[in-house]
Amino acid sequence: MRNPLAKASSKYLFLITATIGLVLPSSVRAQEEKPWERIPVPPLHEFKPHEPKRVELKNGIVLFLQEDHELPFINGSVLIPGGARDERPDKAGMVDLYGQAWRTSGTEKMSGDAMDDLLESKAAKIETGGDLDSTALSWTSLKGDADQVYDLAMDLLFHPKFNGQKLELAKEQDATAIVRRNDDEEEIAGRESAKLVYGPESPYTRQPELATIGAVTLADLNAWHDRTVHGKLIVAVSGDFEPASMEAKLRATFEGLPTVKPLPARHDQFQQTNRGVYFINKGDVDQSNIQIVGLGTDRRNPDVPALAVMNDVLGGGFGSRLFQKVRTELGLAYAVGGGFGFDYDHPGLFRVMVLTKSPSTVDATKAALAEIAGLDTRPITEAELKRAKDDILNSFLFRYDTREKVLAESVRLEFYGYPADYLETYKTALEKVTVADVNGVAQKYIHPDKLAVLVVGNGPEIKPPLDGLSMGPVHPIDITIPQPKQTAAEEKKQ
Amino acid sequence: MLSRVFSSFWKGFLVLALTAIAWNGAFAQDLKSFEQKITTKVLPNGLTIIVCERPEAPVFSYTTFIDAGDVNDPSGESGLAHMFEHLAFKGTSQIGTTDYPKEKIALEKVEEANNAYEAEYLKPVGRDPQKLAELKKAMLQAEAEAHKYVIPNQFTEVAQRNGANDLNAETGLDSTQYFWSMPENRLELWAWLESSRLYDTVPREFYKERDVVLEERRMRTDSNPIGRLVEQFLATAYVAHNYGRSGIGWPSEVSQISATEAMAFHKKYYVGSNIVVAVVGDVKASEVIPMLEKYFDRVPDGPKPEDMTTVEPKQFAEKSVVIREQTQPFYVEGYHRPSYHDPDDAVYDAISDIMSNGRVSRLYRSLVRDQQIAAETQGLSPFPGDKYPSLFVFYAVPVPGHTPAEMRDAIHKEIEKLKTTDVTDAELEMYKTRARANLLRGLADNQGLANALAEYQTRYGDWRELFKQLDRVDKVTKADIRRVANQVFLASNRTSAEIVTEPPAANGNNGGAQ
Repeated sequence: MRNPLAKASSKYLFLITATIGLVLPSSVRAQEEKPWERIPVPPLHEFKPHEPKRVELKNGIVLFLQEDHELPFINGSVLIPGGARDERPDKAGMVDLYGQAWRTSGTEKMSGDAMDDLLESKAAKIETGGDLDSTALSWTSLKGDADQVYDLAMDLLFHPKFNGQKLELAKEQDATAIVRRNDDEEEIAGRESAKLVYGPESPYTRQPELATIGAVTLADLNAWHDRTVHGKLIVAVSGDFEPASMEAKLRATFEGLPTVKPLPARHDQFQQTNRGVYFINKGDVDQSNIQIVGLGTDRRNPDVPALAVMNDVLGGGFGSRLFQKVRTELGLAYAVGGGFGFDYDHPGLFRVMVLTKSPSTVDATKAALAEIAGLDTRPITEAELKRAKDDILNSFLFRYDTREKVLAESVRLEFYGYPADYLETYKTALEKVTVADVNGVAQKYIHPDKLAVLVVGNGPEIKPPLDGLSMGPVHPIDITIPQPKQTAAEEKKQ
Repeated sequence: MLSRVFSSFWKGFLVLALTAIAWNGAFAQDLKSFEQKITTKVLPNGLTIIVCERPEAPVFSYTTFIDAGDVNDPSGESGLAHMFEHLAFKGTSQIGTTDYPKEKIALEKVEEANNAYEAEYLKPVGRDPQKLAELKKAMLQAEAEAHKYVIPNQFTEVAQRNGANDLNAETGLDSTQYFWSMPENRLELWAWLESSRLYDTVPREFYKERDVVLEERRMRTDSNPIGRLVEQFLATAYVAHNYGRSGIGWPSEVSQISATEAMAFHKKYYVGSNIVVAVVGDVKASEVIPMLEKYFDRVPDGPKPEDMTTVEPKQFAEKSVVIREQTQPFYVEGYHRPSYHDPDDAVYDAISDIMSNGRVSRLYRSLVRDQQIAAETQGLSPFPGDKYPSLFVFYAVPVPGHTPAEMRDAIHKEIEKLKTTDVTDAELEMYKTRARANLLRGLADNQGLANALAEYQTRYGDWRELFKQLDRVDKVTKADIRRVANQVFLASNRTSAEIVTEPPAANGNNGGAQ
């Protein structure tokens, strides 16, 4: 859990999220002189991103080595295919418990608690975690401690000893998150809107329940580890090392392993969303969280560059149509934005979000829907295109301005099976996007009749009520947290 | 102060360090090599520019640090500093307008219309609804007239089209910071944009933006259980000092702030002597300083604004807040502590580290690992600010079936241990090691470094304090920790706040609250 005070701290930001993308609406008025255009922009200093060395072992394991001598640290990670989407539905939450208990349990040689003491005294770290599609082990230490920390990390990778108490501890943590999941309006809105698109039982949205985490056993964790650790590992190290000896070290660890066993390919089904209005009542808020959602696409789709430009026009930044209209012109929201999502190996979400005071819920929703539909009816202009491309391309550099970022991108592309030059080809494709391309993808992908509207808010204060959206009946959603069924023994006791 | 400054780019990532032996040498080295990379220049108007050369990639990051925040809001105008920060994105007389002379006249009329409306609205007796409606209409008309000259969001549009990345600003109680990163060939363009908005702010679209800020308040405070709790907690902990006042502003006050008031705040606090600008990245100080001087010397000079004279009186009564509602339980308590100037500042950091940092920390091991009553717990300081005497806060998030009262008792037990028994050598050494590590690790991040240099230059008058403070870290002893714990962690110096979960109403859909 993140620091709850951080969220409620006394700092107030100008923007709710960092966004990329910016375009002005079409009607930019002519100005006689633009002082900023007289300021010279010299050619950028020559720069070639520092690519990591890639080594593919005979068994299929891939190593990346990224030298960086600025500071005396060495960092590493092992990315392992298989994550929460691959767990059994009746044990939803298992991978998250695994990710916690793996590290806190420790190994045969050293318990997790002893590892904490040793590492923290050196301000070093070894951590593990579970994600939607992968699990990972990572480490970091001062150069002088690097050999010892590496050996410990590898011991944990290959010889974990899962501990029942640590599993129970992880269950307490996750149970706490489950019982609190309806306290925060934003969390409810994000979660439930994704369910409207993917379906409540989808591997991409199903949520851990008290019963499903309760069903997870130590045997499950061991079986998961055995199953995934023989997969196609991606090992990445960065920092202040000598490359030849680091490569030899990694080879010594990983070269002797058997040929990797890939997980079976997934065959997920995704369907278009049904139009409709959904409502979740929350009595203790004075602001509605409005989510307008539908199905997105994946990054392999050749339309993605044009969609990225379209996103900037719609909801990407200060100059986007949504920001200009709903925030700047109408003053109806602090947080507004969104766009058409694309994930690496499955369709992302189309999502537009607006947060507005309860009485203006219908007005703000209508305004946002009008801007979405406007992509079809008010084609983007050359001026909008130029601005969007300036914005995306001039800040493109920030995708690879540090060696850590370049390494992370290499690992990501390797993991999802994209070509190593993906960013370059993506950039070239962005440069070539035309007005016709953007208007073409808007017509092809923006279907207001395939979007669901979810409002989380204070029902009695929403005036006019949601019927005012004229999108048919309002469907209430029950988000009551299921209590685990009592066992026969417990029932008998009462 | 060290832990707080670096926490922002440390969130969720791993903390690193050198071995104790390597330390002192390494740091002397770091300070020396940093001195060669850093140039400081105080301009004739009093504004300080810091340039740090870090040519890893052709980019730079900057932070403009204003030594004024919501603690400086005048009485009755809480939220003003933050409101002005929003205004600083609205452009200048040159950017964001089609015809500034005409717009200026139109904006004066907006102000007159707003004054007339508010005068009627605030009448204690005899408010005339019909007149009020007419005045409202006149106000909207005046705004529409002024809007004719506006090119909305042109300032940010120009910045983003030129590659500005992570563009944002942040208003805290103590300070206001503006920041972004950009390709290095846009440095002069940035200098023009940034200096222009500092001295040539136009109160454009002010009243629409005020509605936006009210939405921000609803999101962060009113519609968030912890947001509500923290606001009440601070309002209870302080009786005199502005740290007890809502930072984003009380609704009745933010909703009445006028553009005239925002511009008065600007005139007083946005003067050269109150501003530090730090630039870190692929820049050569000898080449860029003359150019930066040309632009940033346009900021007016003016006396450094007088410091606040209110001092929070010594607390003598324990105070508590109980919020009963249908959200899950939470516990927080705070003790008044001195400002960052206090010679014991590093001792507070040591206590925070030993109590809270990671799975070896005392609170984690006691409440989370061993007793299994909390999912998360920490002791942090300073909160909510550091410029003035602040609070040392402890909080805990109970696991299902456990109560705020159990959190309180368990935290108090750990505090008692600090008062009666010395921490171990290993714990103290770990704090010192990790403090150095955090500092070193932060040096590889342009934006984090710009923030830290600007903040330390403002707070200590010398960015070198970023390194020199390690001397104070080194000097912390076990006896210091016991002494400070016994001074500060007293019941009479305590304010606590908790959420007690109420059962849902018998009939009624309380979907969000179960």
